[in-house]
Amino acid sequence: MAEVNTGDSGGGHGKHQKKRAKKLSTRIDMTPMVDLAFLLLTFFVLTSTFNKSKTLEVLYPVDPTDTINKPPPIKEGITFLLTEDDKVFYYKGEFNLKGNAEGKPETVLTQTDYSKDGVRKILMDRNKDLRDAIAKLQEQLNKKEINDSIYKLKANEERALPKYVTVLIKTDDKASYKNVVDVIDDLRIAEIAKMAVVDITGPELALMKQSAANSKP
Amino acid sequence: MPSASPSLDMTPMVDLAFLLVTFFMLTASVRVTEPVLVDTPSSVSDKILPNNVALITIDEDGRLFYNIENPTTRVKILDRMAGAYKVKFTDAEKKKFAGMGSFGVPIEKLRDYINLDEVGRAKFPTAGIPSDSAHNQIGDWIFYGFIEASIKFKTEFEKAKENKTEFKGEKPRLAIKADSKTDYIHVQHVINVIKKKKLEPRINLITSLEEEPK
Repeated sequence: MAEVNTGDSGGGHGKHQKKRAKKLSTRIDMTPMVDLAFLLLTFFVLTSTFNKSKTLEVLYPVDPTDTINKPPPIKEGITFLLTEDDKVFYYKGEFNLKGNAEGKPETVLTQTDYSKDGVRKILMDRNKDLRDAIAKLQEQLNKKEINDSIYKLKANEERALPKYVTVLIKTDDKASYKNVVDVIDDLRIAEIAKMAVVDITGPELALMKQSAANSKP
Repeated sequence: MPSASPSLDMTPMVDLAFLLVTFFMLTASVRVTEPVLVDTPSSVSDKILPNNVALITIDEDGRLFYNIENPTTRVKILDRMAGAYKVKFTDAEKKKFAGMGSFGVPIEKLRDYINLDEVGRAKFPTAGIPSDSAHNQIGDWIFYGFIEASIKFKTEFEKAKENKTEFKGEKPRLAIKADSKTDYIHVQHVINVIKKKKLEPRINLITSLEEEPK
């Protein structure tokens, strides 16, 4: 199969035979080489493609130590409280204890879930203004009125505006990592850029425990 | 049927095959065995993990593992850790450590761990790298790792500037790879350690890809 034709393989002495032998000599059987090449190709294709990790980049700023630079409390926002057994609760705005000094109504937690009509729907609805604004920019980009870098800049500027919703994620000791990633992921889908994972406070924890005990499984 | 027909010119096909082989060979990276199997949660993010990362793996039970890929950086970090915890490593052990993957043993036991073969390492009983406030070894690994990676980045950058060549290196980053069943508190603990060291606010959470809902 793989032998190289050396020219005098015919062993003939006639003029006609010699000519034919010369003509054949340029050809090599490449089948084994092709076999090998494709074997290696298959190997590398199969081993390389499943190897890329995807990542969710989250910003965890260092807490300011001085009280002057501390961000003001968030009045307009949604706080998600995560606990065991994939249970998730949320409330809007500030947290008010029962019988607080300002006489505001007590905060009540609402239960939701991780399905597409749960957390994601709440966030999508709440962030409709921003999504519309970004869709408008996207349209301008598609019509070539603005270029790609301006689009990115404007979209990021839009996302950072204080009028849009801020989301806080708080967990107890038993909430799973998957649930936190799910919420962060839903935030990305709903284009919410302003989010933070923060420590839960005592009254919130107590209220969540109480709500979890009364909730449906 | 003419008798000369069975031979076919395969040169273009071979050219193509070898071109593809070369491409995949050059892009492929060697996969090192990991001490634990971690099933990451899924997200719609399609961002690919940057190259120059220090990876902290957290398994289902909250055990911590640390990995940084560059072998020379690894040895430098080990030197710093050895100095800080007064543990001595021989040159042979350092060399072995440089070629290892992710590890999750306290520094006191690291010597025994290095001297095992791959099968022995997989069976090595461990509670992960300690992270309690008295022996915050994971914090030190992360801290020294980040310092060494930053030094390497800076020197390479200066060198490229001096030679006026294009610099393709990436800034050091931190990544966390945790199992979906891990309690978030373990992840939070590691993030708090990183925050306290004031290294890098951007943390990459490794996820697997999922289709974006329409």
